[in-house]
Amino acid sequence: MTVAAATAELHPPTSTGLNSRKMLFWAFLGSECMFFGSLIATYLVYRGRDQVGPHPHDILNIPFTSVSAFVLLMSSLTMVLALAAVQRGNARGTKIWLAATALLGMTFIAGQCFEFTHFYYDGLKLQGNLFGATFFVLTGFHGTHVTVGVIWLWSLWTMAMKGKLPQARALDVEIAGLYWHFVDVVWVAIFTLVYLIQ
Amino acid sequence: MDAPHATDTAHAVEHAHPGAREYIVIAIILTVITAVEVAVFYIPAMKPMMVPVLLTLSAVKFSMVALFYMHLKFDNRLFTWLFVIGIVLATFVILALLKLFGHW
Repeated sequence: MTVAAATAELHPPTSTGLNSRKMLFWAFLGSECMFFGSLIATYLVYRGRDQVGPHPHDILNIPFTSVSAFVLLMSSLTMVLALAAVQRGNARGTKIWLAATALLGMTFIAGQCFEFTHFYYDGLKLQGNLFGATFFVLTGFHGTHVTVGVIWLWSLWTMAMKGKLPQARALDVEIAGLYWHFVDVVWVAIFTLVYLIQ
Repeated sequence: MDAPHATDTAHAVEHAHPGAREYIVIAIILTVITAVEVAVFYIPAMKPMMVPVLLTLSAVKFSMVALFYMHLKFDNRLFTWLFVIGIVLATFVILALLKLFGHW
């Protein structure tokens, strides 16, 4: 059975011929663009208007964050390899790549926790200055999204381990993948706008 | 054409995705672009044109992930529109606020 035929069996036909879950999820990602757009706009508007420090160039650690960005980019690769595996009915590959993606996501979150702690002890606080408030809200919401993604991935991995993620349910992995890649592209924007362009 | 056939056809088109080799090549390109971004940040001679270069590289990375990993290049155009509308509105909000607060 092809993936197309297997997936078509799981949902009724639609007027567009497209899967409603996937359509809904793309609409959700469009709304997420506006959500992160407003947070990025707030950060940019208040950038450089602080009367007191610490300022971005005082504490941002570019080498460390570059490694975090690389980790998240590689997690996008493992995610898409997990999707390719489940679409081919490769159960072992699905488990391996899903676990790898979740572990890379956890590595990113660990890095963010380390970074936040380091910044806090350097005097950057949520209520300390405009940079602290806008930085922590923006990157904190992104980190929360990554955390949700990691929980989602481990849930899929558990399903795969129990044999409940067959080829016919490839769309479940595809939608999780869309979310994960979105989190990645948001970080691409944050890495440039917040960390590199100071 | 009846509806189930249309659905099958649409899914057949949606799932014509690249293979592992293409995904790895794209990951290598993304890694190289990230390395170039960091290099641009550290090279003093790049300072005058740092902002446009970094924004361009970032846009290229964003597009590559969306087109190849999120499969917008291969999937139905309607998905692309749903995503692009969100991006355009977000960009408009950012530019409007920057203008409103006198950044340009």
